[in-house]
Amino acid sequence: MSKVEYLDNIIDRFGPHLHDEPDGGWLSDRVIDKVVDTHCPYCGMQCGLKLLVEQDKVVGLEPRYDFPVNEGRLCPKGVTAYLQTHHPDRLEYPLIKRKGVFERASWDEALDLVVSKLRGLQEEYGKDAVAVYSGSSLTTEKTYLVGKFARVALGTRYIDYNGRLCMASAAAGNNKAFGIDRAANPWSDIPFAEVLIIAGANCAETFPIINGFLWKQRDNGGVWIVIDPRETPTARQGDIHLQLRPGTDAAVTNGILNVLINEKLIDQAFIDSRTNDWEATREVALKYTPDVASQISGVPAEKIVQAGMVYGRAKTGMIMHARGIEHHSNGTENVLSYINIVLATGKIGAKGRGYGTITGQGNGQGGREHGQKADQLPGYRSMLNPEHRKYVAGVWGIDESELPEAGVSAVEMFSKMRDGEIRGLLSICSNMMVSLPDTNKVRESLEALDFNVCIDFFMSEAARYADVVLPGTTWAEDEGTTTSGEGRVIKINKAIKPPGEARRDWDMLQDIAHRLGRGKYFTFSSPEDIFDELRLASKGGKADYYGISYEKIERQNGVFWPCPSEESEGTPRLFEEKFAHDDGKARFHAIEYKGAAEQPDDKYPLVFTSGRIVHQYLSGNQTRRIGFLVQQCPEPFVEIHPETAMKYQINDGERIKVISRRGEGVFPALVVNTIRRDTIFIPYHWGEQLAANQITNAALDPTSKIPEFKACAARIEKIHSRELPILGKGRKGRSASEVQRGK
Amino acid sequence: MMQETMFIDPQRCIGCRSCVAACRECGTHKGYSMIFVDYLDRAETTATMPTICMHCNEPTCAQVCPADAIKQTEDGVVLSALKPRCLDCRNCVNACPFGVPKYNSAMHLQMKCDMCYDRTSEGLKPMCASVCPTGALTFGKYQDVVPLRRTKPVNVHVFGNQKVETKVFLMLPTDEEAVDVDGCGVFEGRLGVDPSIHESWIDTQVEETDKGNEF
Repeated sequence: MSKVEYLDNIIDRFGPHLHDEPDGGWLSDRVIDKVVDTHCPYCGMQCGLKLLVEQDKVVGLEPRYDFPVNEGRLCPKGVTAYLQTHHPDRLEYPLIKRKGVFERASWDEALDLVVSKLRGLQEEYGKDAVAVYSGSSLTTEKTYLVGKFARVALGTRYIDYNGRLCMASAAAGNNKAFGIDRAANPWSDIPFAEVLIIAGANCAETFPIINGFLWKQRDNGGVWIVIDPRETPTARQGDIHLQLRPGTDAAVTNGILNVLINEKLIDQAFIDSRTNDWEATREVALKYTPDVASQISGVPAEKIVQAGMVYGRAKTGMIMHARGIEHHSNGTENVLSYINIVLATGKIGAKGRGYGTITGQGNGQGGREHGQKADQLPGYRSMLNPEHRKYVAGVWGIDESELPEAGVSAVEMFSKMRDGEIRGLLSICSNMMVSLPDTNKVRESLEALDFNVCIDFFMSEAARYADVVLPGTTWAEDEGTTTSGEGRVIKINKAIKPPGEARRDWDMLQDIAHRLGRGKYFTFSSPEDIFDELRLASKGGKADYYGISYEKIERQNGVFWPCPSEESEGTPRLFEEKFAHDDGKARFHAIEYKGAAEQPDDKYPLVFTSGRIVHQYLSGNQTRRIGFLVQQCPEPFVEIHPETAMKYQINDGERIKVISRRGEGVFPALVVNTIRRDTIFIPYHWGEQLAANQITNAALDPTSKIPEFKACAARIEKIHSRELPILGKGRKGRSASEVQRGK
Repeated sequence: MMQETMFIDPQRCIGCRSCVAACRECGTHKGYSMIFVDYLDRAETTATMPTICMHCNEPTCAQVCPADAIKQTEDGVVLSALKPRCLDCRNCVNACPFGVPKYNSAMHLQMKCDMCYDRTSEGLKPMCASVCPTGALTFGKYQDVVPLRRTKPVNVHVFGNQKVETKVFLMLPTDEEAVDVDGCGVFEGRLGVDPSIHESWIDTQVEETDKGNEF
C-alpha cells in the first residue's frame, strides 16, 4: 500500500513549479545550432512546428508554414510546449519510495525491484494480478510496444489506456455504423461544406487550430450549427446555437431527423443503395417531433426545425463532434444518432460531405489502433477473433494460446484494484488521479495496490502514489509517429538528448521485458524498428499501416491510413464508394433517448458538466508547469448562470462548494450568461482538492465503457468565504504549488 | 516598401492568447509581449478582443515624444522608442488613444508592438499573426486578405475631436466607415447599465494583467 504522506514535500521537490522562459533566459543573441521540424505534443491536430536548438537545448520555436494542417498556426499550448524540455520539475533519475518518501535510486536497483515485485505478485496471485495502464500521448510505436509488453512480457489480460476516457464512444459508434474507426474526411474538406454541425465540441478551446478550417468554410459562405449546453467561443459565432440540457443529444438528433423526414430532405437513393436498417431508425425518429425533442432537451422547437432545414437543404455538409456528446453513459448511442443524420442525408464520402470526430489527445487515433485497448490487437484486430489472435501471435513469434484473453476497461480495472483482484500496476504517461471520474475511488484503488510503478517525465498526481517512478522522455527527446484526428500518420523528430539519467520509454520497457526473461521478443534498436514490426502486425487489419514508412511520411507530409501497400499514397477520404462493413454498406441504429445515469432531484437539483479550457491540456501534468499557461488561468472555476447565482445569493468571484453524491470541492463562481440556468460547469485539468472529477459520475457506457463525465446531479452551497479568486491577485498569480495546496 | 499590414478581426478571436505567448518569442522583445487580449464582458459573452499597435498614420505617441525617440518607418510601421533617446517621461504611454505602449521600468524604455519589424522586413510574418488559430490577426496584402473576408475593413477611428487613421485595419461586420469610439459609450460610462453591477472578476483580472502601463 502506497499512500501520499508528505504532499507538501512532494510538491516542493517535484512541482508543479512554474517555468516561463527558455533555458538561459530570453536572449536575443543566441546561436541556433539546428532547427528541427516536428509536431506539437498536445491535441489531435498535431500541428507542425520548428524547434530551435542551441547546444542540445531547445531554446525556442518558429512557426512551420509547410505543414498543411496548421500552416504556422499554433495555440498557446503549442507556442509554449518547448518549455517542457528543460523544466526544473523534470524527473531525471529513478525514484523508490521508502517510508513514504521518494529516494534516488540507480536504474539497476529500481528495475530489479520492479521486476521482482511484479514477478512475485504474478507467482502468488496469477498473471492477471498485474495490470498495465497506458496513455495516448505516447507515440504509436510506444503504444504498440506497451500492448505487446503487457501480453507477451507480463502475460496479463489487464491492459487499458486513457483513450477509454476520450474517444471510446466515437470509436465504438464509428465501428458500428461504418465498420471502421476513423474520421471520414481530411480537415481540408471542411471549407467545402455549406453547413457544419458542431456538436459537443468546444473547438475554440480544445482544438483551436481547426478553427482555421472552420473560418475558411465561413468565408466561403458556410453556416455553423453548434449544439452545446454552453455558449462557448465556438457557439457564440454559430449561426444557430442549440443550447441543450447536458445528456439530451439523442432527443435533439432524433428531432432533427424527424424534421428531415417530414420535410423530405432525406436522400432515399443513398439510403437504399448504401445503408442498412433505415426503417427502424425512421420509426423511432418519427416519435421525436420537434416539440417532443424540445421538451426533453430544453432547446426551442423552432431551433430544432431550423437546424434540420438548414442542414437538410444544403447540398454539402459535415458533422463533427467531440467529448460533449461522447462522455456519457449512452455516449455510443449519441454518436450513432448523429451518424444517422449523416447517413439519412447521404452527406458523406465526398469533398465537403462528411463526418469527423475531434480528438482530444495527441495520439488518440493511433493510440487506439495498435493494441493497448483491453480488447484489441494491432491493426485494430480483435482479441476475441481467433484468426486475428493467430495472425498477431505469429508476428510476435508466440503461440496463440500464450495470448491472454481480453481484459476490462479503465474504470473497471480500478474497481478490480480496490477489490484486490489486481495487485500490481505499471502505468505509463497517464495521470489517473486527475483524468478518471470519481477521484476518491481512484485514490482508494491506488492505495489498495501491493506494488505500483509509474513511468512519466513529470511527477503527476497519480505518480505520487507509486512505489517506483521511472523517468521517461518528452516528445522532443525521442522520435516516432502519431496519428492525428483526421487519420494522418505524422512523424515526431528528436531534437535533443534526454536529460540526466532519463531514458526513452520504449528502451526501459524493453529492459524490463529482458529482466522478466522475455527479452527475445523485445529486440528493437530504434522506434523505426518497432514501427516496421507494427506495419507487419497491422497488415490486412482495419487500421492497415503496412505501406507507411518514415520516409513516406516525411515526403508526403504525413500519410493517411489505410495504406496497405508500398505503392499506396494512403487514403485521405473514406467511404467514397463503400463502407467498411463486409457488405460495403453503413448501418443505421435506432436510438431512443435515455438520458444521463443520474438525473437532478430535490437534493441535487443542478446538472454538473465538465470540460476543458484552452490553456491546459488534459490532466494538466504537462501544462500546469508552464508559467504563461498557468498565469492565464491558475485554478478552476465554476460557471453558473446569473439567475441561479441570485437564487443561491452567490456573487461573482465568491468561492462556493459544489457537491455531488461522490465528492465535493470549493471553486470561485464565474457568474455568466453563457451557461444554462440548470447547469454548472468546471474545467477538469486540476488535481487534489481542485479536481472536478471529485464530483463526476463513473457510470459507464455499456458499449464503449466511457465514463459519464458530462452529466451528473449536483448542488451548490454558499460558504461565506471572503477569499478572492486567485486570478484576481495580479499578473503572476500564485505558484502552481501554492495553488495545489490551496494556499 | 512593405505592402503587407495587419488585419484584426475581433469576431474571430477565441481568447486563446496564442498571440500573446508567441509575441514573447520574438527576438527583440526578450520575453515581453506587446499584445493584449481582453474579455469584453465575460459575464455577458465569451467575446474577446486582441489589441496591438494600430500603427497610426500620424502617431500621437511620436508626436508627443519630447525626445523624438519614436520613429516611423517608410512603410508606416511605428517602432518602439529608441533606447538612447527615451527620457522615461511616458508621454507616449499616456497619449496613445488605443492604450498600447508600455513602459519597461527595468530597461527605462517605452516598448510597443512594432509589427515584428525584424521579421517582416525579412519576409516573415509577425509572430502573433503567424500563430493565430482563427485569423483574428492576419498579416497580408489588402488585396489578398479583404476579398476573402465577409467583413468590412476599417482604419479610421474617431476619438472625440481626434480622427485617427491607421495602417492596421479592423475587420467589422458593419457598414460604418469609421469606428466612433465616443459612440460606443466608452466615455459616457456603461449607459443603461446599473453601475452597481460589476464586470466579472475575470475581466478585472485581465485588466490587472494586461492594462497596467508598465512591465
